Amino acid sequence: MTTPQQPFLGGELRVITVGLDLFWQELTRLGVPCVHVDWRPPAGGDPKMAAILAKLAGLGDGPDAAE
Amino acid sequence: MILRTIVKKGWYQDSVALMRLSRDLGALPGVDLASAMMGTPHNKALLLEAGLLDAEGRAASANDLIVAVRATSEQAAGRALDEAALRLAAPTGSGPGAAAERRPRTLEAATRMLPGANLVLISVPGMYAAAEAMKALRLGRHVLLFSDNVSVGDEKRLKTFARRQGLLLMGPDCGTAIIDGVPLGFANAVPRGRIGIAAASGTGLQQVSCLIASAGEGISQAIGLGGRDLSEEVGGLMMEPAIDRLVADAGTEVLVLISKPAAPPVLARLVDRLRHTAKPTVICFLGGRPPAGLPAHVRFVPTLEEGAAAAVTLLRGTPPTPAPFGVPLEEAAELARQQAARLGPAQTGVRGLFAGGTLAQEALLILEPHLGPIASNLRTGAIPAAIHRVLDLGADEFTVGRPHPMIDGAIRRDLLVKEALDPSTGVLLLDVILGHGAHPDPAGELVPAIRRARDEARAGGRDLCVVGSVMGTPNDPQGYHDQVQRLETAGVLLLPSNAQAARMAALIVSRGACLAALRGGDR
Repeated sequence: MTTPQQPFLGGELRVITVGLDLFWQELTRLGVPCVHVDWRPPAGGDPKMAAILAKLAGLGDGPDAAE
Repeated sequence: MILRTIVKKGWYQDSVALMRLSRDLGALPGVDLASAMMGTPHNKALLLEAGLLDAEGRAASANDLIVAVRATSEQAAGRALDEAALRLAAPTGSGPGAAAERRPRTLEAATRMLPGANLVLISVPGMYAAAEAMKALRLGRHVLLFSDNVSVGDEKRLKTFARRQGLLLMGPDCGTAIIDGVPLGFANAVPRGRIGIAAASGTGLQQVSCLIASAGEGISQAIGLGGRDLSEEVGGLMMEPAIDRLVADAGTEVLVLISKPAAPPVLARLVDRLRHTAKPTVICFLGGRPPAGLPAHVRFVPTLEEGAAAAVTLLRGTPPTPAPFGVPLEEAAELARQQAARLGPAQTGVRGLFAGGTLAQEALLILEPHLGPIASNLRTGAIPAAIHRVLDLGADEFTVGRPHPMIDGAIRRDLLVKEALDPSTGVLLLDVILGHGAHPDPAGELVPAIRRARDEARAGGRDLCVVGSVMGTPNDPQGYHDQVQRLETAGVLLLPSNAQAARMAALIVSRGACLAALRGGDR
């Protein structure tokens, strides 16, 4: 019995990884097209600045956070 | 002892890579202790406590990497720091094509480097994760948000936005997914097949998919939803589009929905939605009770093992044959008797130490009716003083700033020995999780700790029972049969599923008292 195998996300699975390198390693080993972002904490790791940037993105739990 | 430090300014590396580096440096000759950490105030406090913080380390900022080594001689310290410098100079720790890999600095740049990228897998520290996920959604990509410690408010905002854009936001705290046969995060190598899964539980997804594989069937797609999706606050925001997609997917013939207990109004909405579908569906909500008005094509089961069994029988059209164990009950009872014979009369406690949260939950639900109150960090509020304990070692309180227990088992190994020292411990109950992204050799990590635990118990005049299950498939990278063999050689009694392991633990510590309940189908 054959299984119809339509790509679930509308096209061949192609992944961008951000964060743990081991996920890029695993996907590359499996032959999945994958690019890893050389990520650094934003605002030089300053948590206050990071929170402000998050608010600007419509996130964060303060009173100005987007609904 | 000599303490030497190097500080790499503006040098970021992920927590797992740093943990591996610390461990490897610590294993070098002459090195007493080594640690590689970003110079955040929290980490500097940890280094100070460990006696690894000197003036150079103290001067580092949160954006700098501190590598500190304590060694028996200048040469040993120097060698360790040279090794660290070598490792840090390589573009990545290991992996194919590492030297050739040019890495983009931003998500936008990554989308230009990989046109047609349709999924972004995000595993940055929690405080930055929501913003990264939002970036990916605004770029029109689906997201697998592995990071945890993301607020409920942000989860709702992200999922609401994702739904509006017709995108999936799998997470937060989503450890597992399988898309088009590709294991993402902590998934197992399961065959492609006709059963689709939507799971608000990573290890729940893994357990069900492994049991489906061992029954000879396969997985079409497995969508992770994040652990809180079916809570009252989040309200099933991602479960609904996940169901729609699986129902629309020609490759999926049966659906399995997996979660820890769902909030009643959320469950009711789900059942309503399923009334308008026709695909056979198994609702596998741990410890839940079947809701009223289930449509004919929908089944409700309270354990992961039954979830897999129901999906397979719906697929094949054969009637289910539920049983507490994969072997006849009398055989299981005899096995339990032999194990219990090793224990002293005071050793009546089950101590469950779990890397998988849903496996811990399933164990708790199975053990409690047989054994009475169980102390656990799975519950909010006061933990009752109880002779039995079930701990989810992947919970937030154990994982802030530390790798998940599926990647590094250090905390569990320490707790194993600690529980062995407790004279009331009778059975240690464990889950061993294989698959992509998990530890390359969980048995190799566990066996020495189990031996040490047994030695400690023996010093107190006691033996111990160690019961568990290995969750995996023969195609997983760790080598399923080899893992099983080494654990069994170390005296671990392995059952084919987490549910059966929990039942066996109950049978052992109750000295067979729960046999009647198991025989009567009360599981």
